Amino acid sequence: MTQIVRPYGDTLNDGAVQLSFTLPVPFGPRGREAARLFVERLGFRHAEIVHAAALSEGFSFYVAYGRTEVSVDYDAIHVEEATGEKLYSMNEACDVIRARLGRKVVVVGACTGFDAHTVGIDAIMNMKGYNHHYGLERYHEVEAHNLGAQVPNEKLIDYAVKVKADAILVSQIVTQKDIHIQNLTELIELLEARSLRERFIVCAGGTRINNKLALELGYDAGFGQGTYAEHVATFLIERLIEKAGV
Amino acid sequence: MQMRLFLPPERIARARELATRIVAPVLEFIEAHTTVTVERATLRLAGADGADPDGVPVPNLVVDQLRERLDEGALKFWVNALVRTGEDVAGLNQQIAAGLRIDSLSLADPAAIEEKAAELVATCARRVKGNRALREERLARYAGKNHAPLLYVIVATGNIHEDVKQARAAAEQGADVVAVIRTTAQSLLDYVPYGATTEGFGGTYATQENFRIMRAALDEVVERQGRYIYLTNYASGLCMPEIAAMGALERLDMMLNDSMYGILFRDINMYRTFVDQKFSRMINAWAGVIINTGEDNYLTTSDAVEKAYTVLASQFLNERFAFAAGLEPWQMGLGHAFEMDPSIKNGFLMELAQALMAREIFPEAPLKYMPPTKFMTGDIFKGVVQNALFNFVSQMTGQGIHLLGMLTEAIHTPFMQDRYLALENAKYVMNNMADLGNEVEFKRDGAIVGRAHAVLEETVAFLEKIEKTGLMPAIEEGLFADIKRPRDMGKGLEGLRKKADGYWNPFETHLHRELGL
Repeated sequence: MTQIVRPYGDTLNDGAVQLSFTLPVPFGPRGREAARLFVERLGFRHAEIVHAAALSEGFSFYVAYGRTEVSVDYDAIHVEEATGEKLYSMNEACDVIRARLGRKVVVVGACTGFDAHTVGIDAIMNMKGYNHHYGLERYHEVEAHNLGAQVPNEKLIDYAVKVKADAILVSQIVTQKDIHIQNLTELIELLEARSLRERFIVCAGGTRINNKLALELGYDAGFGQGTYAEHVATFLIERLIEKAGV
Repeated sequence: MQMRLFLPPERIARARELATRIVAPVLEFIEAHTTVTVERATLRLAGADGADPDGVPVPNLVVDQLRERLDEGALKFWVNALVRTGEDVAGLNQQIAAGLRIDSLSLADPAAIEEKAAELVATCARRVKGNRALREERLARYAGKNHAPLLYVIVATGNIHEDVKQARAAAEQGADVVAVIRTTAQSLLDYVPYGATTEGFGGTYATQENFRIMRAALDEVVERQGRYIYLTNYASGLCMPEIAAMGALERLDMMLNDSMYGILFRDINMYRTFVDQKFSRMINAWAGVIINTGEDNYLTTSDAVEKAYTVLASQFLNERFAFAAGLEPWQMGLGHAFEMDPSIKNGFLMELAQALMAREIFPEAPLKYMPPTKFMTGDIFKGVVQNALFNFVSQMTGQGIHLLGMLTEAIHTPFMQDRYLALENAKYVMNNMADLGNEVEFKRDGAIVGRAHAVLEETVAFLEKIEKTGLMPAIEEGLFADIKRPRDMGKGLEGLRKKADGYWNPFETHLHRELGL
């Protein structure tokens, strides 16, 4: 079975797409035509520049519409998420931990390297949580340690060893020049060098992280946009139950 | 703008009185101490500059040599080296970069050192005053051309030459203030790198050469556009006073400069930060720089509705520390932010109350208003609406410095077009409702007035508690932003020194005199 899918404007299979971009050329009829041709080159039919404006002497901005015949086979697509559709609520998570593990789950989280943006790790760990989803600190059966920002990978590992953590959560928000990849890779290498990789469940999170990327980098799971504490907790609980064989 | 929230003046006065009492013992501590970066800033004002082949800056080389005698003030030894070697400033910098040790030179006649230092202070004062006069002349010449509030954008490519292109474009589109955000590593470096830089993460290194390059580029736009463009950087982190010194020398116009931000949000030692912030603020005061304080950070870690009082409390403390460093009210860009959860019913009313309350309590301060960040998502279309509401509040309540919200806030550092769209959004909203604030009165028993009164009362109660505890113990106990910072922990403590009886710093003396401290 194949199911062909194209963008939907107002009619099935019309392939309507909206674009906006800047060209490093002056604003004017020639820039506008360059923008239209560029959209055509992308494979769009009926390329239309609906708005153009000067950004500065040598730069101009465009809003464009086009229609594409490119399609994907929806049926052939499989996505690996860290968690399935079933998520534990905070109370359910605590019930399951009590019933199946019989002890508190210890989680250590940090924003590593030079990254100073704690918004991600705070959303998952802090008492208050994010968008009405409480963070792990509020979970009775979770002992959560949020180490904050700019934590060196070495220190994070030392701390996790000290508190006998079950899981390490690493947040990376700054992704300029792929600094997050270097940072995330270094953590795994350090864990492996100290023969500690198997001891912890290690998860990465951040706006530009996804499960696939995290698995490639040697993590147990990756969490991207739209993640709440429930997602992380559900994954950790299932993995811990699996590890414990209970 | 008329008073519209009916805030009780005696409660505002009470908060200021508490802030004064809270800050007083900290000021005593500050007076008795210096730090490695205060000494390096002093050396920079005197002319110490350059770096050795490993990139270690000359001010650091000097301070490292004098590690055991820093409590006397580093400048004496550097000036002595000028006298002893007969070199000029540039020549001595080169020699130190090449390995000259100045700690082993015997001390010359004190009168000769005094005389040389007085000459250096006078040279520096001419330059800083000249910068200040030039800014004032341009602002007068182009009076009325800037937006009100000033529209503030950030550039952050990591490469100063790329930053220049982005900054020029933003200025041409109407930005009044350009901030070059620093690379995320810099706040924790205990030195300021030397020279032009082209690599950085999430921002560009603050260096004196980068300051000079950006200033020159923006000055071209100033002349072409007939509008003054304010240049901003970050006098924060472990090198607060050095950055302020570089900014004074290169005519920066604004500096992010908070009295407690480094302690709470960068885990810098509290003694170190308190001493550093004072000297950096004295330099900023002298150079006519507008500081921007960092209250918005309280709201990215804590809830903006529940913890609104921490913002106002911090504004009172920042104001007190600023007065103590000689800053005038027009230089106090006290910070706050539009960071409430957009799904809250009537959240907008609370944002409006908070912004207007700050305006009424600090009538002369050019308040620095920060855009939504915490609740910005990848939904750029909703982001435009969030920013429009933010623009609305800012205009209606007469904020001073308006940091433009980017529709791609949660996604990447701004594209050139993102800044353009933000500027168009702000210009539209602010022009279209320019005088709305003067047309509206709020119900005396209504939700907006009630909210402002409640936050003021919570603030007074919070300040009472801090006054009772003491500021340093309060920080240790986690009363600010739920973050606990012990006084003997944190970065940079090893750079603190108690001043010796004979501590000598003619720049500090000059600043005290100029600022009437």
